[in-house]
Amino acid sequence: MRLQGRTALVTGAGTGIGRGIALLFAQEGATIVVNDYDATSGERTVELIEDAGGRGVFVRADVSDPAAVGAMIDAAVQVSGRVDVLVNNAGIDLPQATSVVDTRIEDWDRTLAVNLRGVFLCSRAVIPLMKEKGGGVIVNIASIAGLRPMPQEAAYGASKAGLVLLTKQMARDFAGDAIRVNCVCPGPMEKPTRDRLEFLRSRQTAYEKRQAFADQIPLGRMCKPQDIASAALFLASGESSMVTGVELVVDGGFILT
Amino acid sequence: MELQGRAAIVTGAGGGIGKGIVLSLATAGADIVLVDLDQAAADAVATKVRKLGRRALVVETDVTDKASVVDMVSRAAEWSGGISILVNNAGVEIIRPVFEISESDWDKTMAVNLKGAWLCAQLVGQTMAEAGDGGRIINIGSIMSEMPAPGEPHYAASKGGILMLTKALALDLAPYSITVNSIGPGVVKNGMSSRGCLADGEMAEIVASKIPLRRLGRPEDIGHAVVFLASEKASYVTGVMLYVDGGMILASAWS
Repeated sequence: MRLQGRTALVTGAGTGIGRGIALLFAQEGATIVVNDYDATSGERTVELIEDAGGRGVFVRADVSDPAAVGAMIDAAVQVSGRVDVLVNNAGIDLPQATSVVDTRIEDWDRTLAVNLRGVFLCSRAVIPLMKEKGGGVIVNIASIAGLRPMPQEAAYGASKAGLVLLTKQMARDFAGDAIRVNCVCPGPMEKPTRDRLEFLRSRQTAYEKRQAFADQIPLGRMCKPQDIASAALFLASGESSMVTGVELVVDGGFILT
Repeated sequence: MELQGRAAIVTGAGGGIGKGIVLSLATAGADIVLVDLDQAAADAVATKVRKLGRRALVVETDVTDKASVVDMVSRAAEWSGGISILVNNAGVEIIRPVFEISESDWDKTMAVNLKGAWLCAQLVGQTMAEAGDGGRIINIGSIMSEMPAPGEPHYAASKGGILMLTKALALDLAPYSITVNSIGPGVVKNGMSSRGCLADGEMAEIVASKIPLRRLGRPEDIGHAVVFLASEKASYVTGVMLYVDGGMILASAWS
């Protein structure tokens, strides 16, 4: 129970990595404030937490909207009076891969607004609360696309690169307040939903396509939410009390290739 | 206990950080093969491992000498029934003014810090590959893997070498489900680099005040990171350098 007695706010916790983190942190004893843009999936995450004997509360918000973020933090404080851990996981990636030339201006803006400004807005709201309580932990979910240029992913890559540096910058500014800030950089994720849609669209076996991609990864498989959740748990717990400002790559060795 | 039923080799097990790593692994349930040139120091740590209820084997070894390492690996394998964790922690640090570093300073530093890590990784990695159950190799680098400090170009080069050795071995050993990662400590109490600048309590306080998280590292901080990388939870992490330095690397420039 490495997070016993602590309260964690996890953004984008309705699906995928965010849900994986919320469930694992709840298992380790934390009360979870589950945020998502989508209420149905967010409420479902809370149900799963409670089914497993944990405690969770859903708060809907678009993290790129300052007013919504303010209301979300107020609601989080209502739950247990504190936010000990902030996991900035909410993020978007456009379905089409586009270079700077092909990216629509509004898509660039939206990607940066959620992926980077969203982290800025949530962090600036939570940090003063953490300072008041004598410390805290922020874990940002970035991407290997923020470390290496991913083909045709201009907006996403730029937003994640910004997030990696923002992580280190915040770590520097707030280390003296006992606030640690780190990020996790996932590699390519298994995407069962996208694969099903792809199969319907193209009639090619999505499994075969996915397996061909996985074969390029040194450890031979795609990343699962559980891999990221375990890394986030290490960074959120006391075992990493001397770790701040790092990017922890969890990618099966993909960026080595 | 995360490492229940597993066996680990730790080189430089008699030193400050080595002891922290050994005790963290043992607390997590692993049996330990303690490797060091200094048998007495390793024996003292082995006693503590047994007090924790785990088995310990001390093997006096020179990690720069292939014959010595070959012998150690075969004894370790036989004793443990199968090594699944190797921590390359043995290291030396010789600080001198830039024009006074001798060839033997360079050679010794490279031999222990870099060649020793490679030799152990190759030989232990081979037994892991043959056993077919995967494994974990963890190299102890340093913040000096990427951030220089005065008077130690040879040490910095050896630790920078650890950074790339880690990535290259991660690629080569992935097909055997062996992950290879490194940890970069900053200034650690009782660690090698602390003996000079931290011998004086007042100096220790001054150094700690310059570290963003406002304290010196403890050997168990490194131990915790080793346990994480050695555990099942980190099975998808390979080829990384994880700095456990209290933010020292962050505080580069604009200090």
